[in-house]
Formats: sequence, C-alpha cells, structure tokens
Amino acid sequence: MSPAVPGREPAVPEDWELVVGLEVHVELSTATKLFCGCANRFGDEPNTNVCPVCLGLPGSLPVANAAAVDFAMRLGRALGCEVRGAVFARKNYFYPDMPKDYQISQYDQPTNTDGRLELPDGHTVGIERAHIEEDTGKTTHIGGGGRIHDADYALVDYNRAGVPLVEIVSRPDIRTAEQARAYVRELRAILLAIGVSDARMEEGSMRVDANVSVRPAGADELRTRCEIKNLSSLRALGRAIVYEAQRHVDLWCGGERPRQETRHWDEANGRTTPGRSKEDADDYRYFQDPDLVPLAPAAETVAAIDAALPPLPAARRADLAADGGGAVSAEDAALLVERGQDGLVRAAMAAGADPGVAATRVANDLAVDDWSPVTPEGLAALVAMETSGRLTATQSKQVLAEMAEGGGFPDAIAERRGFQAMARDDLAAVVDQVISENAEAWSRFCGGDEVERKKLAGFLTGQVMRATRGQADGAAVNRLLGERAGS
Amino acid sequence: MTALGIAAAVKSGERTALDVLDEHLARISQRDAEIGAFNLVLADEARTAAREVDAAVSRGDAVGPLAGVPVALKDNLCTRGVPTTCSSRMLEGWRPPYDATVVKRLRSAGAVIVGKTNLDEFAMGSSTENSAFGPTRNPHDTDRVPGGSSGGSAAAVAAGFAPLALGSDTGGSVRQPAALCGVVGLKPTYGAVSRYGLVAFASSLDQIGPMASNVADAAACFEAISGHDPLDSTSIDGARDPVVAGLGQGVDGLRVGLVAELCAGSARLQEADGLDGVSAVEGVAADVIARVDAAAAALEAAGAAVTVVSVPSAVLGLSAYYLIAPAEASSNLARYDGVRYGLRVDAANAAEMNVSSRTAGFGAEVKRRIMLGTYALSAGYYDAFYAKALRVRTLMLRECAAAYAGVDVLLGPTAPTTAFELGAKTADPLLMYLNDVCTIPSNLTGHPAVSVPFGCGDDGLPVGVQLMGPALSEPVLLRAAAVLEKAAPPDGGAP
Repeated sequence: MSPAVPGREPAVPEDWELVVGLEVHVELSTATKLFCGCANRFGDEPNTNVCPVCLGLPGSLPVANAAAVDFAMRLGRALGCEVRGAVFARKNYFYPDMPKDYQISQYDQPTNTDGRLELPDGHTVGIERAHIEEDTGKTTHIGGGGRIHDADYALVDYNRAGVPLVEIVSRPDIRTAEQARAYVRELRAILLAIGVSDARMEEGSMRVDANVSVRPAGADELRTRCEIKNLSSLRALGRAIVYEAQRHVDLWCGGERPRQETRHWDEANGRTTPGRSKEDADDYRYFQDPDLVPLAPAAETVAAIDAALPPLPAARRADLAADGGGAVSAEDAALLVERGQDGLVRAAMAAGADPGVAATRVANDLAVDDWSPVTPEGLAALVAMETSGRLTATQSKQVLAEMAEGGGFPDAIAERRGFQAMARDDLAAVVDQVISENAEAWSRFCGGDEVERKKLAGFLTGQVMRATRGQADGAAVNRLLGERAGS
Repeated sequence: MTALGIAAAVKSGERTALDVLDEHLARISQRDAEIGAFNLVLADEARTAAREVDAAVSRGDAVGPLAGVPVALKDNLCTRGVPTTCSSRMLEGWRPPYDATVVKRLRSAGAVIVGKTNLDEFAMGSSTENSAFGPTRNPHDTDRVPGGSSGGSAAAVAAGFAPLALGSDTGGSVRQPAALCGVVGLKPTYGAVSRYGLVAFASSLDQIGPMASNVADAAACFEAISGHDPLDSTSIDGARDPVVAGLGQGVDGLRVGLVAELCAGSARLQEADGLDGVSAVEGVAADVIARVDAAAAALEAAGAAVTVVSVPSAVLGLSAYYLIAPAEASSNLARYDGVRYGLRVDAANAAEMNVSSRTAGFGAEVKRRIMLGTYALSAGYYDAFYAKALRVRTLMLRECAAAYAGVDVLLGPTAPTTAFELGAKTADPLLMYLNDVCTIPSNLTGHPAVSVPFGCGDDGLPVGVQLMGPALSEPVLLRAAAVLEKAAPPDGGAP
C-alpha cells in the first residue's frame, strides 16, 4: 500500500460513512479588542496591549465594540445566516489565562444562525451558528520541556485576552477529509474577501476543531463523536480526520464504542491522543452577562451589510469561468479567487488575453504576496507574446516574475533579457527539417492513435528543441506538427 | 454644617476647604477608633485636594457644586493608587490603577475624598459585621450595628466624619444602614449612576447611591455622580430632570401608595377594601410600622393622597434575590484566583493555588453565597432556581407597572427594625437576610428608592421610611422625602 495522501484515499472502508462537523475560531481583524480600546495586534511585547477591562480588574466593565459586532454580522450574512438580536453570556470556568475566570461568549441567542457554505465542488455544508466571543490570554509553560504537568512555572500574556473571535459551527455535513479541507479553504477565502480576518492557521488567527464520528453507510444516525483539537494546518486536519475515522471504525468493528471526548492531534506521531472526557467536563453555568446589553441589530443595519458585501468567492469563481468561456480550469479559478487574483485575470481577458493561458500563467507563476505592479494590460501583452510564440512558456514565467517586481512592460523585459523571439517562419523551417530527418517517426505520428501520437509528439518536439537550443516554444511546435499532419 | 452649606461657604470665601477638612479630620481622629467607620483615612491626599479647591477659589476659577465638601467612599469603589479592599483579605494591598467614574465625577465637582469606609466583605451583609477588618459600630449606640453593607459610610455621615458618603446598594445596602443610622440614603434607578469602578457583587442589581444628613445634600450628590457613562453599557443615556431645583415644590396632589405587603399591622390596612387575601412579609416591627403610618399622615397633611396598594410578588422578592444575587456573585468573584492581584497562597499547581488562595482570602458569608450561586446556575438546577427567580423579577416589574398606573410613589418601611445589637444575628444567616426584605424589590425592578429618617422607634433609635418610584423618578422621590424631612419629629437628632 502506498503512503497515505490525506484526503485522496477514502477515510473509511466502503461500508462505513464518515461524519464530520467543524468548529472554526476566527480572530476578527478589528483595530481594537472586543470589550475595550486596547490594540488588537499580534506579536507585540507581552502584556503591553492591556487595560483594566481586558485584565478583568475589579470594578471594570466591558463595552461591546461596534466594529467587531459589525464584522461578525458581515460574516454571518456572507454565510447566508439569519442575523438576529443576540445576548452575551458568561461561560464560567477557572483558567489562569482567562482574566475574569469566565469567558464572555454567546450561548442560546447567538448573532448568526442557520447558514450554509457551498464548496467549490458544489457540496453544501450547513452552518449551525456563528457567534461572537472573546479570546483568552496565552500561557507559556517554562521548564519541564514545555509540558504542562512537568513545568516549573507558567507565564501568561494577556495581549490576546479580549481579542474578538467568531466561532463558526458547521452542521455534521462533511463526508470526506478533502471536503473538510475544502470547507476551511473556502471559509478562509470568504473571510479574506469580506475583510474581517487575516485567517492565518499558522499564526492561530484561524483555529479549527473537528468533530469526527462514523456510521454504517446508509444510516442517518449520529454516533459518538470525538472533538479533535490542535489542528494547525490543513494537512493536519486531513490526516487527523482520516486517523480518527479509522480508529472509530476499528473500535466499532471490534465490538467496542468510542468514548465521547476531546482528543489532541499529535502531528509528529500522526495520531490522536485522549484529552478530557466529556463525562468529567466542566459545567460552564452559562447565564446572560448582566454587564452587557442585548444586541438588537435593526433591519436596516442588516440590509446595509448585505448591500455592502463584496462579491463572494463562489460568485467570483463563476464570473471568472463565464469570462473564460470554459477555458479556465476549476482548480485555477479556485486558486485565483483564494489569492484575490481573479480581478487581474478577468481584466487581462477583457484586454484581449487568451483566458486559459492568462489563468494558468497567473495561477502557476504569480504566487507572491504583492503582485500590484502587474497591470491587466501588461499581463495581456505577456499572454499575447506567449500565444504568438514570441516567448516560450519558460521565458514567459521569468518575465512575469520580473513584472511582479516592478520590471515594467513584458516586451521591454524580454528584450533586456535577450529572449529572442523565434519567428514563426524560422521555427516552421526547423520543424520541417526535423520531419524530413525522422520520416519513420513522422509517418507513425500521422497514422497513430492518441497515445502513440502523444508519445511521438514528445519525441519530435525534443528534436526541435535540440535543434534550436531550447529557443522554441513547445506549444508552438505542437501546433506546427498538428498543421503539418493535416489535423 | 450641610454639604451644600460648606460648598456655598467655600465658594464665597467665607471658609476654606482646608479648614472644613481639618474640622472633619479632627472628628475622625477623636471618635473613629470607637466607631470604626473607615478602613483608610486619606488625610494627606485630602489636604492636597482641599488646598487645590482653595487655590481655585482664590484665583477666581469656577469650582464645582460640591467645592470643598469632604466625601467618604465605600471601600468597594476604585480609587487610583489608593488601596481598595472591599473589606476582604482577598484584596488587601491591591491598588487600582484607575478611579471609578463616580470618584472622577466627585473630584471634578470639587469634592474632597476623605477616606474609604468599612463594609460587609464584598458588600455581602446587612450589619457590617462581615468585614475582614472588624465591625463598624452605630454612632447612636455603639453596642449596635450600623446596618450594612454600607455601614461605614452611614456611620461616617451619622458621626459627622463627612457630610456626604457614597455607598452601594444591591439589596438595600445604602437604604438599610441609612435607616439604622438616621441619615438619608438614595438607591438610584439602575443605570442612572455608572457602575464603572464599583467592584461588582451582583451586576444586575448593584447601584451606587449617596448618603447624607439631609435630603438636599443627597440630591446634590446624586446630580454630581449621575449621568451617562460610555464605560458602562448599562448606564442610561439621555437628558435628566434636575433634582435639587425642584426639592421645595411639595407633594400637593401627589398620589402615594402604602404597600400592603410591607406594612403588616398598619391601621390603614384594616380600613382598606379588597385586601383580605394579602399576605405580607413577616417581622416588620410595630414601632416601625407606626412611623410609616405617621409618614403617610404627614404626606397627607402636605396635600398628598394616600391609598393602600398591593404588590403581591413583594413577598417573593427575598427568595428571588437570594438566587439571582449569589448566582451573579459566584461569577463576578471568580476572578479572585490568586493569579494577577490580591492574595496568593502558593500550592503545587495553578488549580490548587486557586483553591488555597480563595479558601484563605474569602470570609464565611462570601463563601456561602458563592456556593449558593454556583448551585443555582448548575446544570439540572438552573431552571428550578435561577430561571424561576428571573420570572419572579419579571412578575414584580409587571405588578409595579400596574401599581404606578394608579399612584406616583410607593411608601413602606426601609428596615424591619431599628439597629440591633452586634452579634444578635450573626449565627443565623437567614435572620440576617430578612433585614433586606423591604428594600430588595427596588433592586429587582431597577427602580429608585430613598430612605429618609422619620423619628425613632420605641428604643429611641432612628427609623427610616422608604419612598419608591418608577424608573428615573428621583426628582419626585426626593421632593416627597424633603416634605417628610420637614415634618419629621425633632427627636431623631444627631447622636
């Protein structure tokens, strides 16, 4: 058996079905914290962005940050949720990084309920709720190898305490590890599109917990689930789901049943390990926070949020596909929208660029943080040079990279780099010569089936490349071979 | 000298704020060892503040309405850089890095903060005996309690240590000690005064209120501390009617309702119709009821129309309160965990350190209420206890709204008895809780109420009567209180 590629192989045997729901915590990128005026900023000196309110000092009171509430409602509407009047509740439990020893959250009346998220493949995942809550501080255990139980002491940084979070709880509608990853990718694309979070899993501004269970194929019961925590990448998410699902199948098949519990993903060893079991879980004693007045968004407020929502990733993918007239692959479209490069590509198409080449070139070769120097006109010109055979694909990539660094228009870059455009007529002469020198291969190419033809095209193109010392454009050679063969 | 008298004299240059302060400091050093009103006297800071007021006056600068008035603060109000203990070992030595909104407002009104007064630990109690630093005694009779939890503030005003004091009232903690010490105490409308900087006991019930030797001073203090505060989301926004300006307008035509449930034994109940089935709270002493009847008569004599009204849920208030207040307290007091400030008793790990710190830091009554509240909110008990208590609260609001359709203010006793002896009720928490039976309804509804002295009981100790009104009715309540003040018999004088 080949090594497991997460999400590619089925997570469970055919007679079982995987059932996954995701809980995603997202830090909102507001300027200030949820209940005070402290800066909401990652990476500052510990305990510098703090005040009586986010330190929970006696006598201090929280006041809800209107911008955070607005961000949360924006996300709710982007997920198709109903946005309603909501109340803040206290979730009571003791932990040193929680200044008040309760977390202000939303419980039975959350801001957003009943939404949905459509994955690029068309599968829809229901959203149960997306509620607002405050983040906790961050504990660092010192000594004993960083493990909680062996630590000599702990240091707490309260800069993160009170940072606004939205917890998005999906329904258990996810059936494969790949869908789980696609869900998180799509959610991230939405968060970026509406500008409410930078949603970085590695920095912890997007944290994913997975509720995993299995059931016999065809059943609609929900069996005991385990909540998997410590998933710090999409890869970890996929691997953990596959592992946990198999563990459940093994237990059920062995006549046992999983315990409902929280489990931690051990990335190094590729397995989940038991955490707290739900039987001895805390009783959080939720009750409405008397320090905060209920949120009552007016219908006009919600309408204004709807009106101001930018086009969402699904719509943008559809627009890109429509503009491309079928020439843009689904993978390229998803990637371009995720990176926010769909606007550039569509503008280049409007300026006359070949849709498929433009989309592929940007999707494959413009994976940089800042591509602002690349203009639609410049991209269109580059694509034209490539399709006309003036640049090879390899040369085109290099020119694009230089364009992204502010190198200017593609023809100037190509000239500076000495990328000699091989004229079509010169290339045709080389192709004709290679055909005459390889008569047997040529006749097999002309008469062969698709597989044979593809194989021989590779051989013939290689001969042309050798003759031109790599100056020829592979695609142009292919086109010429086709023309000569009369197809 | 009254607070307003002092402010006028200081403004006119007739007296200096420093002079006034020194006079009060002298009284404190003379008698507070016996009374125990203060946890901390801020003589140096107060002198600095008084000199600043005097300098402003001599420069001809505008000074506030409480210029040069010494004010005592209950020690659960945060004062920047000055210890704020809540009379608990848990917070001993903690110095808040900020001033409560009311403290800021008092300072900008020209008041001089003279010290921090004793209270029942975290404001939980009715006698100021639950203080980690020892009890406060009633200036009228030092064998007796001053009431609580704002007993230090009430005693400070009654003993002439300060003409004004602030207390906090969660179930009667301003009004009951005011009644027992013979001073005026106002519990404002919930949200009228910012709670920012008041160390929370039960957030949905807590309200800061003034205590003074007379109604006008209490009104002036209320005007100085009230108003919207962006730091407290529950504070009320919008314009307010002035209070002091209308104090002399009398009660002609005012409709007053004597609350049947709080006045068992009142002669007026026997005369009233349709009250056969009324069940009243027990334990309100006959001499107290007699003073309430006398107050009703005084209001009638001044032109008010007094009727008897029924608020049946008033008898349920105590039970509802002792679920809601401890529930909120159990959450509000969780933060005293030894991690960030206050007492820490070290242990093997963080969780055990939490336990050892809280075990050592909290007194018995605080622990009792944390346990009661934790229980009331627990899974499986929430609906039977906490949720039911919230329904009583809703019912009470509805019944009060109905009552206020027919009358402008309600009248009843403040406390069931005059001041009792130290130790008389410490062995029986339930007996102690009964002290708040008449004051709790206003906290549950969030409505304002004032206790005003109206003569003495059979033992010669002060009795307070209570006026209650709908939200933001402070101008009417204090106007009626001013009428009672004028009509009160002269025997309830200074101790």
